[in-house]
Amino acid sequence: MSGTFVGMPAFPEAAREAVHDTTLRGNLRHATATIRAKRAKAVAEVADWAALREAGKQIKDHTLRHLDRYLVQLEEAVTAAGGTVHWAADADEANRIVADLVKATGESEVVKVKSMATQETGLNEALEAEGIRAYETDLAELIVQLGKDRPSHILVPAIHRNRGEIRDIFRSEMGEWGRPAPDGLTDTPAALAEAARLHLREKFLRAKVGISGANFMVAETGTLVVVESEGNGRMCLTLPETLISVVGIEKIVPTWRDLEVFLQTLPRSSTAERMNPYTSMWTGTSDVDGAATADGPRTFHLVLLDNGRTDTLADEVGRQALRCIRCSACLNVCPVYERAGGHAYGSVYPGPIGAILSPQLRGTRSEIDASLPYASSLCGACYEVCPVAIDIPEVLVHLRERVVQGGVVTERGAKVLLKPAKGHAAERAAMRAARWAFGRPGALRAGQRLASRTRRFHPRTLPGPGKAWSASRELPPVPAEPFRDWWQRTHGGKDGAK
Amino acid sequence: MSSRELILGRVRRALADVRRDDGPYEEAVDRGYLREHGDRSVGRTVGLLAENLADYRALVHRCTDGELPELLARLLAGRGSRTVLVPPGLPPHWLASADATRVQDRAESTPHELDRVDSVVTGCAVAVAETGTIVLDGSPDQGRRRITLVPDHHICVVRVPDQVVSSVPQALERLSPGRPLTWISGPSATSDIELDRVEGVHGPRTLEVVLVGG
Repeated sequence: MSGTFVGMPAFPEAAREAVHDTTLRGNLRHATATIRAKRAKAVAEVADWAALREAGKQIKDHTLRHLDRYLVQLEEAVTAAGGTVHWAADADEANRIVADLVKATGESEVVKVKSMATQETGLNEALEAEGIRAYETDLAELIVQLGKDRPSHILVPAIHRNRGEIRDIFRSEMGEWGRPAPDGLTDTPAALAEAARLHLREKFLRAKVGISGANFMVAETGTLVVVESEGNGRMCLTLPETLISVVGIEKIVPTWRDLEVFLQTLPRSSTAERMNPYTSMWTGTSDVDGAATADGPRTFHLVLLDNGRTDTLADEVGRQALRCIRCSACLNVCPVYERAGGHAYGSVYPGPIGAILSPQLRGTRSEIDASLPYASSLCGACYEVCPVAIDIPEVLVHLRERVVQGGVVTERGAKVLLKPAKGHAAERAAMRAARWAFGRPGALRAGQRLASRTRRFHPRTLPGPGKAWSASRELPPVPAEPFRDWWQRTHGGKDGAK
Repeated sequence: MSSRELILGRVRRALADVRRDDGPYEEAVDRGYLREHGDRSVGRTVGLLAENLADYRALVHRCTDGELPELLARLLAGRGSRTVLVPPGLPPHWLASADATRVQDRAESTPHELDRVDSVVTGCAVAVAETGTIVLDGSPDQGRRRITLVPDHHICVVRVPDQVVSSVPQALERLSPGRPLTWISGPSATSDIELDRVEGVHGPRTLEVVLVGG
């Protein structure tokens, strides 16, 4: 397993490999079944869930509709509170900004809180190329980093690993990165958590630069919010002298009060808790009156990341994906994710949300991105659980259309005409034939009659390329008489005739 | 063109199809959700706080104001703590009976020094019953965020019922965004191994909450 998503095969090939990995399937089945049951219970405790979900959707939609205004307001508030705001149009620019900021401190190592944005930009690799070592401090991220692996879940990037595998990785790899695993390490979760605590503590205590993302940014106050469980976030946000936060531009909420919605829906949707163990909120650099001394980093940089978000915003149907608060509830309920696992999606955003986010952030030109809108049975479970009501099936169908038909899309801020993707010739031919027939009632009638009269001779399975499809499916039976003939003959059933 | 102008320009072009509503923001969102869940007496709200704190493995104690010094002394002794971090504005009588050596948080205290302290005792800004959460806002009786993070044992004193609210919306109303805030719900934990919750990672592995009233 290599630590990069570049050059990933299309979803079907990657998934075919994954579903034959029985350990992986067992790990995923166990983890997703556990969290599904817990989430349902946590959500059922809140009588006004539907109203909270609707409010969350409206807050995010409103913010996106006025995103330019709120970005400027946020910038003013963060700057007024002592922070510095940087703007990054793409991943390379974000990485360059961060690397330069780290170098300016004279440090050659940083501690990191789990952050999807920096995963997306490949920050760790970019820093390494500049001679800066980034230590992941979230337990699951640590497992992924030590195992030279790739993340496979938004919330729990090492969900594909079971406790025995984690113990083996800790035993063999921790010594390479710092304090080795304790002798006689067992595979109980408590012992593994203890090993991570010991391994990372020396790094936290000496860290001079911390790097984070953020779950929310409040435009009116300039406040950033990080929601976490382990305390590694608090360590990275409070102990270093310099804090650099890389955050997608869609993470804004307009007002302080808006947090009352998301602080109720996010923990219950993601870890199925009433509240996660730790939530940190800070505004610029903190110099609290009356405290013994300044609290937290003296220098704070906020890097606002576009990297395909404005292109996504330009799509009237697809822009709803920007409401996502990265809870990962849609992954945990998805039958396709449960069987294929996260790696098959070829992106740091796996599962249903990844299937609509990656092809929009990156475009549908690569084989993997063009295949992602098809990584779904359209069962709709993801939409049901989404705490901001993203209609994922709607966007999937919309993106399938884009892949098959092509059309005008926005890439790096410019409108371009996208050609239809290769490999969908049969689909396009079928659609063309349907369009032709539906526009010619006489031909349609003749065809339907022909089909009815020859129905005795229809094969049970399709020939040629359709054979595999019909191997496990019944072909729909053709009626003895076309509906339109029946309607005319019986005057819409009024004559009582069958 | 700067990236700032580039991104803002892209945003504006992306929104060309969108009708901007310039009404007040208060009217843009339907806030039909509840301000709190259920109708409880003050006493039952405090009871719910205790219940939810315990559900996430915090150790909960209740006492009167007069009993507090004895209780804190007992909790520190029971854990064998020889040193205890004290925020600058902690009421002095709270630790009047404790044997542990008091350690002041100073500007030059390094994280390594904090790591050698056994326990920390603080007050809090507000506590949320429905979620079993205590919130610290860096007031003088709570100190800097790091002092409740590095030591392995945190005792937090909540004045009941004054500091207790029912819900998250009510808590946010009481808090000031300008202060550094830490919301704490139980000891540090992780769900990263097989999505099962395990207590005790980087923050204090033992969280004791003292509900003091009367």
